[in-house]
Amino acid sequence: MTLMTRKGIADLRSREEIRAERRKGRTGVYLIAPGMLVLALFFALPVLVLLAMSLYVKPEGAEIGEFVPGFEIGNYATVLAAYWPELLRSFGFALIATVLALLIGFPMAYLVAVRLREKSLLQGILLVLLIAPFFSSFILRTQAWKQILADEGFIAQTLKFLAILPADGHLTATPIAVVAGLTYNFLPFMVLPIYANLGRLDTRLLEASGDLYASPMTSFFKVTLPMSAPGVFAGTLLTFIPAAGDYVNAALLGNNRNTTMIGQVIDSRFFKVIDYPGASALSFVLMVSILILVTIYIRRFGTEELM
Amino acid sequence: MTILAPRTETTATGADLHLSGITKRFSSFVAVKELDLVVPSGTFFALLGPSGCGKSTTLRMIAGLEAPSEGSISIGGQDVTGLASHQRPVNTVFQSYALFPHMSVLENVAFGLKRKKDKQAMDKAKAGLELVELGHLANRKPIQLSGGQQQRVALARALVNRPQVLLLDEPLGALDMKLRRQMQLELKNIQTEVGLTFIHVTHDQEEAMTMADVVAVMNGGRIEQMGPPRELYELPKTAFVANFLGKSNLMRGTVTGQEAGILSVLVNGQRILLPADRAVQTSGEVVVGVRPEKISISREGFAGENRLTGTVIDVSFTGTTTEYLVEVDGIGTIGTFAQNRGQQQAAEGDTVHLSWEAQHSFGLAGAEHEDAGVDQT
Repeated sequence: MTLMTRKGIADLRSREEIRAERRKGRTGVYLIAPGMLVLALFFALPVLVLLAMSLYVKPEGAEIGEFVPGFEIGNYATVLAAYWPELLRSFGFALIATVLALLIGFPMAYLVAVRLREKSLLQGILLVLLIAPFFSSFILRTQAWKQILADEGFIAQTLKFLAILPADGHLTATPIAVVAGLTYNFLPFMVLPIYANLGRLDTRLLEASGDLYASPMTSFFKVTLPMSAPGVFAGTLLTFIPAAGDYVNAALLGNNRNTTMIGQVIDSRFFKVIDYPGASALSFVLMVSILILVTIYIRRFGTEELM
Repeated sequence: MTILAPRTETTATGADLHLSGITKRFSSFVAVKELDLVVPSGTFFALLGPSGCGKSTTLRMIAGLEAPSEGSISIGGQDVTGLASHQRPVNTVFQSYALFPHMSVLENVAFGLKRKKDKQAMDKAKAGLELVELGHLANRKPIQLSGGQQQRVALARALVNRPQVLLLDEPLGALDMKLRRQMQLELKNIQTEVGLTFIHVTHDQEEAMTMADVVAVMNGGRIEQMGPPRELYELPKTAFVANFLGKSNLMRGTVTGQEAGILSVLVNGQRILLPADRAVQTSGEVVVGVRPEKISISREGFAGENRLTGTVIDVSFTGTTTEYLVEVDGIGTIGTFAQNRGQQQAAEGDTVHLSWEAQHSFGLAGAEHEDAGVDQT
């Protein structure tokens, strides 16, 4: 019965209507085409080239940088065996930096988005300050951290005075410096999504929660935090993914012993050692590992809004 | 729809609420002025007034969401002025409902019970949802419910905690008229059932009168008058109450004499009788009032002691009644209405006789402004 009725309606639709619908469908294709073209040219194609390059082989007696197309899966085994510590370290540093950025960034976002909601001038100033670092060079700002953490700097001196850092200890060229740099550089990527999310937080819900016997602390964990989950989720992804692949912080603030990150290795394989297949294989491993980690994360903590 | 849950445990009863000398200032604006109020346990109490009169602020101070600038609040004999909202034995049904969108309906209702570490939180929450007839929607998210259903979830979420005082902040404001009337009856039934002290803030005078045992009419941060709805309606003490709670005809005059407890008031040459015990002021300039339905209108003759003659300037038929506006020379426009019992109606331009019994007049102070509270909501 239903089927018949629907068929009847379909028959009743004029050709004009059907044509109009097709036109609508074509408009969608036109709109999406430029984006798809850019993605195909500048993302899909390079990834395929990278994949192919990662399987190239070096023929006997070839010169430096001379490789021929091949299917050498062994390239992956070689680089993984040689650089798994750097890979693990990259994820470790990125994880610590993400957690630190969350701990520092959430209160910042909360202050600006919720506490200063009625004070739009102050809120605006703080927002500008939050974005201000983007107006100066990434390299320059990272370089500045060398000064901040220098032996004669305020932080190192204070820590030495408090005997937290031994008298002959350093902050520069240590894992601490690298993680500090990563945390600092990716902090805005943590704060902004959380800010955007908390900006929509209905504070009347916090009043209701208090009215229902929840202390401010309980209200935070039962209402504010769960409701800001999509922002926290986006912020952690936006911090972790670039931090795991970063090499500037490790290069400028680290040393050659225990701070080398996978990005640095890829950089030196490509441009110093001229080992294109090795560098490509590592890039691919990094990309796939991040993809797997992020997938697990989304499956575990992902909210409906993101899926 | 009727809600009459089996009377299982109604051990919890409300507590007396005392407000003494409560003042609330927001920078230069005074929202509530030296308010003294006692709400006896188990009362359905309505705070009625136009928007901005301070009624919501008063409610928020009882809930602990605002701190009074001066004065103290006590519930059941315990001073709660310094307590934070989560430490007070009160719960609120918010105008916006404020349901937690990330929780199911059942989790919303169980929220307060869980905070109090009630071991039977889930069972009690389910029973609470049954009370408002929403047991079958327990696993839905609030956004999937209609406005009326959300309102009932908000009510259940507050009620299950058996607070000593339940605060209702215009909880029916967002509902359409039909649903409002239905929810009014349900709320009243539930209050009778659970026996808690309800404080209901509203700007709808009909709602306040239908539901409450005691109504306090607020204006400009003060309580103008307080009492059972009938008393407030029949004997308003201020022009604001006379006009805000229903309609009134107010006429300015001078007391010329008193005989056997009846005042004679001369209103622009017309003598109006007014019982002295129904007057706020018994000498000098006064404002005499009478409710429209107390006045009988006729083209033939008078039926009461107070008599005025005027010309009909407007007739509006409303179904059960017909409303008339009558212009009386030197006094002004008097409104009245008559039940439609098949009598011949007065038409515009007709000369009519208005009359009412002396006992239906009420007297206000001469300093009152006749238009106070007119058309305010």
